[in-house]
Amino acid sequence: MEYLRQVLFQNVTGFDQLPGSLQVFIPMLLGCLLCLGLVTLFPLVAVWLERKVAAHIQDRLGPMRVGGWHGWAQTIADGVKLLLKEDIIPAEADRLLFKLAPIMVFVGGFAAFVVLPFSDQFIVSDLNIGVLYIVAISSLGVVGIIMAGWASNNKYALFGGMRAAAQIVSYEIPTMLAILTVVIPVGSLSMQDIVRAQSGGISNWFIFQPITFLAFWVFYIGTLAEVNRTPFDIPEAESELVAGYHTEYSGMRFAFFFLAEYANMFLVSAIGVTLFWGGWQGPSWLPGPIWFFLKAMALVFVQMWLRWTLPRLRVDQLMYVSWKILLPISFVLVLAAGTLALVAEGTP
Amino acid sequence: MQVEAYAGEEMILNMGPQHPSTHGVLRLELETDGEIVKKVIPHIGYLHRCFEKHAEKIDYPGVIPFCDRMDYIASMNNSLGYALAIEKLMQLEVNQRVQTLRILMAELNRIASHLLSIGTYAMDIGSFTPFLHCFREREKVLDLFEWLCGARLLYNYNWVGGVSHDLPEGFVEKTREFLRQFEPVITEIDQLLTYNKIFIKRTANVGIITEKQAFSHNVTGPNLRGSGIRWDLRKEEPYCGYETYNFEIPVGLGKFGPLGSCWDRYYVRVREMEQSIQLIIQALDRLPEGDVQETVPKRIKPPKGETYDRTETPRGELGYYVISDGGLIPFRLKVKSPCFTVLSILPSIAKGAMVADIIAIIGSIDIVMGEIDR
Repeated sequence: MEYLRQVLFQNVTGFDQLPGSLQVFIPMLLGCLLCLGLVTLFPLVAVWLERKVAAHIQDRLGPMRVGGWHGWAQTIADGVKLLLKEDIIPAEADRLLFKLAPIMVFVGGFAAFVVLPFSDQFIVSDLNIGVLYIVAISSLGVVGIIMAGWASNNKYALFGGMRAAAQIVSYEIPTMLAILTVVIPVGSLSMQDIVRAQSGGISNWFIFQPITFLAFWVFYIGTLAEVNRTPFDIPEAESELVAGYHTEYSGMRFAFFFLAEYANMFLVSAIGVTLFWGGWQGPSWLPGPIWFFLKAMALVFVQMWLRWTLPRLRVDQLMYVSWKILLPISFVLVLAAGTLALVAEGTP
Repeated sequence: MQVEAYAGEEMILNMGPQHPSTHGVLRLELETDGEIVKKVIPHIGYLHRCFEKHAEKIDYPGVIPFCDRMDYIASMNNSLGYALAIEKLMQLEVNQRVQTLRILMAELNRIASHLLSIGTYAMDIGSFTPFLHCFREREKVLDLFEWLCGARLLYNYNWVGGVSHDLPEGFVEKTREFLRQFEPVITEIDQLLTYNKIFIKRTANVGIITEKQAFSHNVTGPNLRGSGIRWDLRKEEPYCGYETYNFEIPVGLGKFGPLGSCWDRYYVRVREMEQSIQLIIQALDRLPEGDVQETVPKRIKPPKGETYDRTETPRGELGYYVISDGGLIPFRLKVKSPCFTVLSILPSIAKGAMVADIIAIIGSIDIVMGEIDR
């Protein structure tokens, strides 16, 4: 947030007259508002994009009318509709948990945005434990999902919540280990340090190095499961569980789950870009944040592409993939990364 | 005693009648232990429309629209069985053109029906895209039907002694054109779904119907052939001149797992579409001249007697048992439904499966509730 504060110091007259606490607080607030804007606006674009991608994969047009050009205003209209809908809470539901759950899910995804390095200057907070923070805070969403499943007092929702818990917890382990293979050579948990370690040309990006290349695929599959996308969309498997943990939700509370899903899609892609694809770095004819967005959107697009192509795994097959395939691979990768680091340290 | 104390209880999960993938208004009572289903009890009757009782109050041609509304996915095949039964009762011989048209429509309808079955099955397994690809093709068949007789779903096309409309001008060419572009689509479906690793994983070891089970539950149609039994009424008891056509009966192969799995039943349907294409081409090639309503009687008044006639619909053996007392309305009409008999096997093959497998099994036996409840 140093960058924002400097900008304020230089451009806003009287900023340096403010009490010290406000000088810290205002840039923080601004940074959070920027992130909030991104989290709420990004899904509007992403939902429209997803519908378009889906439509073209399925040989149709998708939304074409609302707003004129290719139905760009469709999601805005949908959002307004969701806002205006009646707020329904089932009679037998646990009201407190039912209301709290969407917020929990949303907060989990949102809070992780503060350590995303959009450029070398723009990062809300470059925590020295950034990676650890992301892994910890984004797991908060699971609690919200279980809460939603339990509080709805609906058997389908309960099934969905249970499945989500099992799935996200088990996929976090290989994902975490895959992240470690990047952290080991960098030697820092700070997101900016990881990006800087990949500076100096495209060949320094971790995706183009043997061990981290493999780790990326483990990471990507793991994150697909963590954000409940096909082929791992088992918690909300519509053909079995109607809508999974958000079966009973409607209106704005449902929209929160929806926002969180798309925010999470962007989040995991952005983490992937930071860790493996060189973050905001790229040829200088485009500024860093644009590169960051473009790369993240490319990964988001792959998520959409997979969703509209593949069938869904069964819950036991999903566990099999995590524990018997991804986990051993990621262990071997961590071991290899560690050995390499030791060897590199030994040679002067 | 310790184990019992921690065993817990089974949870009753009501699946349907309003559920996205129970294919209509089927209600399943599942006894679940976590994800494992201990027991399945199907409940039917939500779409009961008293078809058989109604038929006792309506004259013979008036029953045909009711037949259409039984298996509304394959109306052409349903009314065909009824028309054949009454013709048999009246000992009516229809001309060659009518017979060819009936086969043509039955096979086109079989393609449309199987496309719906395959598409919704893909959706049951979680893949959305094949569903829309299948529906795009199905629309083209329905457009042909609309052109032919004005209706897209419930045609009232097969009359006793004839058919309602002759082919419109240019129909043959349009149908050929459809077939030409449809054949590659089957390959596309194979690539997108049939041989997809995840799809095979989800279906090839699930819902196995053994030969013995198939016989004891009177499983018919693609479900029976999925268990590797080569039995098709179009070959065994040919009607409408099926014996003069050259086509094969695809059966399940058990390629990726035990024979008679969900994958085998699905696979039989895909291959049957190819055979239907062959049948349609042959029917279009021979199409004799004639008046399609030449033998339609002025008054349909079958002599006293009874008859049973069965045909091969996309879902299996559909039988009509008709008793005539010599009057203008049937004395009794009973339908033997293929979906009803195949649903009876569900509790035994779904036992011990997982919740997601139940959906895979229901999708693979391809039931239409309109025909079960009638």
